[in-house]
Amino acid sequence: MEKTYAEVSVSVNEEGYLTDLSQWTKEVGNEIAKEEGIEMTDKHWEVINYLQEQYRNEVPLNIRKVGKSGVVSIKEFYALFPNGPLKISSRISGIPKPISCI
Amino acid sequence: MDTNNNKPVKKMMLILSKATIDNVYACFILANGARMEGIESEIFFTFFGLEAINKEKLDHLHVATVGNPAMHMPTMLGGLPGMEALATKMMKNEMEKLDIPPIDEFLEILSASGTKLWACKLAMDMFHLGKESLIDDLDGVLTVGDFYKRAEGEGTHLLFI
Repeated sequence: MEKTYAEVSVSVNEEGYLTDLSQWTKEVGNEIAKEEGIEMTDKHWEVINYLQEQYRNEVPLNIRKVGKSGVVSIKEFYALFPNGPLKISSRISGIPKPISCI
Repeated sequence: MDTNNNKPVKKMMLILSKATIDNVYACFILANGARMEGIESEIFFTFFGLEAINKEKLDHLHVATVGNPAMHMPTMLGGLPGMEALATKMMKNEMEKLDIPPIDEFLEILSASGTKLWACKLAMDMFHLGKESLIDDLDGVLTVGDFYKRAEGEGTHLLFI
């Protein structure tokens, strides 16, 4: 499926996750964040950068890892992205939806 | 979503009444999984479930090797000294590989995630447990009535473990 964010055409799956991280730009992330009702701050972007870095290094993500990352505490993570922190932040990051149960 | 009349799950109220490791983890993973999906979750620790929030006990919970057909182990063998500890150690190793946190860390994660942790008043009285024996992250001590009161509202589900 193709979708246009900030005048950039990107491929997304049926749940709205980008299927190719190389198509991602900060503007695309910003538009997805708006869809999720999130106003991005520097702290939000710091988390997004961390998630993308982990994905590029092929590290599977879960809440425990994020909490131990030193980037954000679990409490802060929930405050930044309420209603499903890892799911929503992954979508904004342009990486696949995490499959862990943790 | 509303067009086909789906009613989303809004809140999971879990009742943990057992303290074998498999039951405790099932409960914690369900509570944490709910929060990760944006669903509220609360746990009511009652009867043996209290062991999972008892500061002195929570690091020493075991998997049951006797009376547990899924262990595929003769009952006599499962009853040998040290067998439960061994089976538990093996299970904990496997869990660590999957990045499943130990009980104490899992409770911290749940609390930070906004899961409410409640102790059952009657069970505490029965086991002569004071609040000082329980974890600092505990949100309070409730009666069954209090717990049901908290379950009010559309989209709440209760689960007994």
